[in-house]
Amino acid sequence: MIDFSKNYFDLFGLPVAFLLDAGALAERYREVQKVVHPDRYASASEAEQRHALQQATRVNEAYETLREPLKRAMYMLELNGVDTSQETATTRDGAFLMQQMELREALAEVPGQDDPLARLDDLMVEIASLIKAQVAQLAVQFESGTAEQLEAARESVSKMQFLNKLHHEAESLEAELEEMV
Amino acid sequence: MALLQIAEPGESSAPHEHKLAAGIDLGTTNSLVASVRSGQAATLPDQQGEHILPSVVRYTADEVIVGEQARAAAVSDPLNTIASAKRLIGRAVGDIKSLGEKLPYHFADVDSAVPRIETAAGNVSPVEVSAEILKVLARRAEKTLGGDLTGVVITVPAYFDDAQRQATKDAATIAGLNVFRLLNEPTAAAVAYGLDHEADGVHAIYDLGGGTFDISILRLNKGVFEVMATGGDSALGGDDFDQVVAEWMMRQAGIPGDSDHSVLRALAAQARDAKEALATQESVELNVELADGGSWQGALTRDQFNELVDPLIRKTISACRRALRDAGVSTDEVRDVVMVGGSTRALRVREKVGEFFDTTPLTNIDPDRVVAIGAAIQADVLAGNKPEGEMLLLDVNPLSLGIETMGGLVEKIIPRNTTIPVARAQEFTTFKDGQSAMAVHVLQGERELVSDCRSLARFELRGIPPMVAGAARIRVTFSVDADGLLHVEAEEQSQGVKANVEVKPSYGLTDNEIAGMLKSSIEHAGEDMAARKLAEQKVEAARVIEALSAALASDGDELLNAEERVTVDQALAELKQLAETSQDDKSLKAGIEALEAACGFYVERRMDSGIRKAMAGHKVEEFE
Repeated sequence: MIDFSKNYFDLFGLPVAFLLDAGALAERYREVQKVVHPDRYASASEAEQRHALQQATRVNEAYETLREPLKRAMYMLELNGVDTSQETATTRDGAFLMQQMELREALAEVPGQDDPLARLDDLMVEIASLIKAQVAQLAVQFESGTAEQLEAARESVSKMQFLNKLHHEAESLEAELEEMV
Repeated sequence: MALLQIAEPGESSAPHEHKLAAGIDLGTTNSLVASVRSGQAATLPDQQGEHILPSVVRYTADEVIVGEQARAAAVSDPLNTIASAKRLIGRAVGDIKSLGEKLPYHFADVDSAVPRIETAAGNVSPVEVSAEILKVLARRAEKTLGGDLTGVVITVPAYFDDAQRQATKDAATIAGLNVFRLLNEPTAAAVAYGLDHEADGVHAIYDLGGGTFDISILRLNKGVFEVMATGGDSALGGDDFDQVVAEWMMRQAGIPGDSDHSVLRALAAQARDAKEALATQESVELNVELADGGSWQGALTRDQFNELVDPLIRKTISACRRALRDAGVSTDEVRDVVMVGGSTRALRVREKVGEFFDTTPLTNIDPDRVVAIGAAIQADVLAGNKPEGEMLLLDVNPLSLGIETMGGLVEKIIPRNTTIPVARAQEFTTFKDGQSAMAVHVLQGERELVSDCRSLARFELRGIPPMVAGAARIRVTFSVDADGLLHVEAEEQSQGVKANVEVKPSYGLTDNEIAGMLKSSIEHAGEDMAARKLAEQKVEAARVIEALSAALASDGDELLNAEERVTVDQALAELKQLAETSQDDKSLKAGIEALEAACGFYVERRMDSGIRKAMAGHKVEEFE
């Protein structure tokens, strides 16, 4: 059976690294699912069906963890023994927190603007570029892998959580605005 | 003299047996059954040559009539003729009451979570009505194919929630069918088109049926169909088009809304005819008979019709926009749009959908049959008739799943559009000192408030050891299987108290109710329950023996050492012996379970070996 002590990178035969080839990951994911998916065992015994269900579930979890940069970063911190639970998810970066407040204010003011959807689009582009910048930082931090750099990665992860939440709120607002049109 | 055939070592001596399987499109208005024969998937007609079975069931004192004959009686006998049962399946009594004003049926006042409709043949649930339709289709397939079906694939709207899926599966159980898989309708349509075109890329499936609307965005890549996002409205369809047209006619003709049921049914039927006529002509003449013996004459033009239905079409386009966002793709990345469902015959729908996706929608497979054809192809694959590795569907859960937390809020545990099968866990804690029980309320939906989501189930975790508030760690695990069905488990971590809970939807039938319905359905058919159970276990035993023998022939020598091989062979021989002699289903079932337990390690080893083989072509260096 799939060795549960094996990490997700090993499962897909990929090196443990933050930068990964998304195309190769997707291809290997599909290949593994072709072996373990319950549809392959629809006519098999109940025991096999149960086992296939467990394996396919695990493979989906592994794929989703590696596919998304934030989840991948958190997973790599976990592999390195760094706690990323909610209690420690903070940042002391004053400039970053100030920028967050400004972005939140800007988001709150969107509905009152002349062209709210265009304004919202600008904001979403800005948030997306900030997320991208954090992803680039994470790549450098994990590449180095020293204790300080891993601590810096933990902080980058916290910042990405803030930014992702903001982006999610912007998306909800966009859906609301579109409903009203 | 016939020569004795000797097979190559390692090859099965029996020629590959084609297993009979069928795909069933259980629709709101119409249902179909299809099967793959000589490599071709096609819908199967009845003896009169009709492929489409109207999803209408009429109950009289001494018989159950399904299909066209029942539909013809809908106007004359509205109370005993159940149409659109799919709209009621998996719904609570309360849900139905809110729909109730539009429905002509009398709902019985019974002590059950599932609504019952009063008919001349007694009270029936929507699940039983659906089971009658499934029985007719399965019988048609067995007659045409000349044998018993090993299994079926039944399609459901992608937007069906857990209760509606479970109820559909219950209907199949009552009809005595083995369900390989519940398959989302748009995914089925994609399969029907995908295998025709071999078209890798992103596709949108726009499925507007009689009572439901689904939109799916999926990517096809070397035989793997990956659903990226799905959305829709489980209570919007062509019936609503008829409804707005009927309401327009009532306003024009001055017919009051509280008119007799048969008047309303006749109007709805006339509205549907008008809608269908407008697909080919610019205007349609209407003639409505009034209660006072007079009549109203008028005309409905295509422009007027478009104006009436545009708000409904707009709702579907909004759902398309949301699904694209969830999938993370823009309209120009979508290669083509597949049209499914009879309601996509309306020209206005094609026009508006084409406008939105900026492409001419695909309509070359009959939109009424495409779902059944896709289901038949998948049933054929699942029955094991296709060579391995040819096709795989990776579907998603359509609606977010979560539990109620403090203040009537929903905490999402599995967000919508997560690839299934999936399992996710979340930890919760107690909020009072010494709290010994915790109520778990399972919900489905996208909104934040409990009151805006669909309640799926409630259960209690009891026997939590006394601890100070916040010390207990209660882990709630949600798992969704390949049918899209949810299972929930709760466990107190620190002391290991596991209140294992089999979640049955609040609105579902209980196991006893299902057993009772199955029993009465069998008795009705003059079968013996015990004989049937034994026969079922014999089939299961044969299946297990065959699967294991085939596995041993292909890799038994490679994966098992001599000692292990003896154990497995012995266990296999014991079940073979038991299968021949057993006279009761329970002992045979225990025998099957014993074999499965003895071979568990082998099953796991085979799957692991399969993964290693799949990954063997790749080396880590590729990425360096």
